[in-house]
Amino acid sequence: MKQFGGPAILLDRSDINTDEIIPAKYLTEITKTALKPHLLEDLLLDGKPFAPPAETLAKTRVVITRANFGCGSSREHAVWVFEVNDINVIVAESFARIFRQNMFNCGILAVELDKAQIDALFAMKGNVSVAIDLQRDLLTATSDSPGQAAVQCSFALNPFDKKLVAAGGWLTYADSAY
Amino acid sequence: MGKTLTEKIFAAHLRDQPTEDNMILDLDVVMCHEITTPIAIMDLMEKGMDKVFDTTKIKAVIDHVTPAKDSKTAMQGKIMRDWARRHDIKDFFDIGDNGVCHALFPEKGFVRPGYTVIMGDSHTCTHGAFGAFAAGVGTTDLEVGIYKGVCSFRVPKTIRVNITGALQPRVTAKDIILAIIGKISVNGATDKILEFVGPVVDSLSMAGRMTLCNMAVEAGATCGVCMPDRTTALYLWPFISADYPSLDAAVEDYRRWHSDPDAVYDRTLDVDVSELAPQCTFAYKPDQVKNIGELAGTPVDQVYIGSCTNGRIEDLRDAATILQGRRLAPGVRGIVTPATPLIYRMALEEGIIATFLAAGFCVLNPTCGACLGMSCGVLAPGEVCASTTNRNFNGRMGKGGMVHLMSPFSAAATAVTGVITDPRDINN
Ligand code: SF4
Repeated sequence: MKQFGGPAILLDRSDINTDEIIPAKYLTEITKTALKPHLLEDLLLDGKPFAPPAETLAKTRVVITRANFGCGSSREHAVWVFEVNDINVIVAESFARIFRQNMFNCGILAVELDKAQIDALFAMKGNVSVAIDLQRDLLTATSDSPGQAAVQCSFALNPFDKKLVAAGGWLTYADSAY
Repeated sequence: MGKTLTEKIFAAHLRDQPTEDNMILDLDVVMCHEITTPIAIMDLMEKGMDKVFDTTKIKAVIDHVTPAKDSKTAMQGKIMRDWARRHDIKDFFDIGDNGVCHALFPEKGFVRPGYTVIMGDSHTCTHGAFGAFAAGVGTTDLEVGIYKGVCSFRVPKTIRVNITGALQPRVTAKDIILAIIGKISVNGATDKILEFVGPVVDSLSMAGRMTLCNMAVEAGATCGVCMPDRTTALYLWPFISADYPSLDAAVEDYRRWHSDPDAVYDRTLDVDVSELAPQCTFAYKPDQVKNIGELAGTPVDQVYIGSCTNGRIEDLRDAATILQGRRLAPGVRGIVTPATPLIYRMALEEGIIATFLAAGFCVLNPTCGACLGMSCGVLAPGEVCASTTNRNFNGRMGKGGMVHLMSPFSAAATAVTGVITDPRDINN
């Protein structure tokens, strides 16, 4: 199975919607790779445009955010734009249903943690990296900041979602099962 | 123990239950439009899986950007057309016959009580107004739906919303649903079904019920549902009259798809609408809702009347009662989009189109258009739009634009004054 985890970016807001993740004007693209430069293009954090340095985004593999991530339009483009940017785990307090389903359908991980655990991740100093152990359902966040202790959180994945990730997505699973 | 309507539909369509929490359902209808389907088609072709599970159960339309606005949208349309032809999909609606999916497909009688429906579009929840389970899905779910006719869902939990009281004049289903979303928040119903019941729902037309269910997803819900009754049967009668000896027989049969009195709910929400004022959103989330009076006086640049929420004939009639004999306020642009060709024709025959034209509105063909900021009325940065659509997200109708969601009555009142206006303050 593929490896999940790596350097993380933190998006400190709830209710980030799929229009902010990938605006509708890019929905005319018919390849996933064309979406790549437009990740989170319309996102506002604290009322200001979210514009991380390109190098930071390029090495990001994990997103940590708050509640109801991916609400709004059903566009799977909002998952693909993470996928083509090599982001393979999103950690949030909760997800909108369609977005979460789209993630597992594409074989990438949506990890839900409770508010206290998410707060602990946001409280970490320095640049955060996340490792996911799918055998033990354990998330370990470490930081490059000296003195910052690692934070460990257990999570629960729906067993069926786990099967989808193992199968590499819903289409492969459904093709053999039904 | 009794069952909810949704539990009954799930039980009747269960193909597999791989875990306690997940149910794989057989689908009665798979709906497709040109924004989310072409990538599914291309992917299936690449994988050598270019098949459809049942041509009669696929309903397809080009609606989001139609007529095409550029080469890319033209290509999306072409992929749909070629695919529909290749698989002999009869229920495919192209220019001249096309309209906004969630208004067009019900009008064609494609959704019936007890059905399971998916579409690669979050507002698929609209069709729950017919007592069906209808859910928006992503492209991968859509692909599997097209190819295998199944979709996976979590075991449903239902929030019962009991709507009582009597609506004041010019207060509508749109105001009810905005108020409910304001109350329970944008994720108050995530992973849940919103079941709308009570005397107010019973007295709503199918158009009103569709408006109610349309915005269920704005509270995070998988689907909104209403109990199918005489209103439902009457709406569907042209399509079902061969199946039943009488309308009463249809109504009786539809009782199968009612929740049992002892059904178990996640929770119940009681909403009395007697004091409800027209509602309006004020920021970038659909749960940021106020009585419209609190926003009165806010200037707008554009008024948009249309969409799967409020582009039906009943909505255009509501707006026309206010526009009749009046003009758009100076400096305000008005755009109206009848949601389907049938609605357009009815509006022409009833003189409603003439009323809009006389008021100074631009009348568009049936399309999603400005609703998602892809064409036909995109906002410039800093512009404000009073809109009968369902999403006020930042950038939704154009980067840097502000959208205030409201009813057709409120949008028309705002159009003639140029500032956000309570429609009850307009005399006639
Ligand atoms: S009218 Fe707007 S919300 Fe409705 S289907 Fe079209 S784009 Fe989506």
